[in-house]
Amino acid sequence: MSMEETIERKLRDAFQPERLAVINESHLHAGHREFDGTGETHFRVRIVAPAFAGKSRIERHRALNELLAPEIEAGIHALALEPAAPGETTRW
Amino acid sequence: MSAINDFIDNEVKTNDVVLFMKGTPQFPQCGFSGQVVQILDYVGVDYKGINVLADADLRQGIKDYSNWPTIPQLYVKGEFVGGCDIIREMFQNQELQSHFADKGVAVRSNA
Repeated sequence: MSMEETIERKLRDAFQPERLAVINESHLHAGHREFDGTGETHFRVRIVAPAFAGKSRIERHRALNELLAPEIEAGIHALALEPAAPGETTRW
Repeated sequence: MSAINDFIDNEVKTNDVVLFMKGTPQFPQCGFSGQVVQILDYVGVDYKGINVLADADLRQGIKDYSNWPTIPQLYVKGEFVGGCDIIREMFQNQELQSHFADKGVAVRSNA
């Protein structure tokens, strides 16, 4: 299973999101440090889930960071997070 | 408490606005750190930038201090506010500007 699929499956299982997008942005960073752009180093997670309702931004990020800690440890270089609760305005 | 923890604690408590980042405000060495620098400069707030790449203990120590796995990290009046995504979102909603005002941190008008 690719890193992208692992992240997506873990998020679906943990949060039952209304909307979810896991985007591999590694190609945008070709030439940045040692990255050639073909790997799985840079991800963006966009997620709308009821679990985030009433939670602060920091609490939402902490919940995601804790769930994905093994993946972060395993070598994700950058993980951008855009969590929202249902009904909130998103930019996507 | 370890020495590095004491160092961090002292920095965030004796400076109104502190950004732990990769590189320096003049030469950010990471896109996320660079974005926060641009936002702080645009808002017009004085801040202290601390380069975590200068010290491996500091780079790990700041993650332990806040229980937050990524850099950059912004602190205002001793309190952790967030990383790049949170700061950008707050800036876009004008919440960052009001956060500084609420905390009594002066910002230069750029109107």
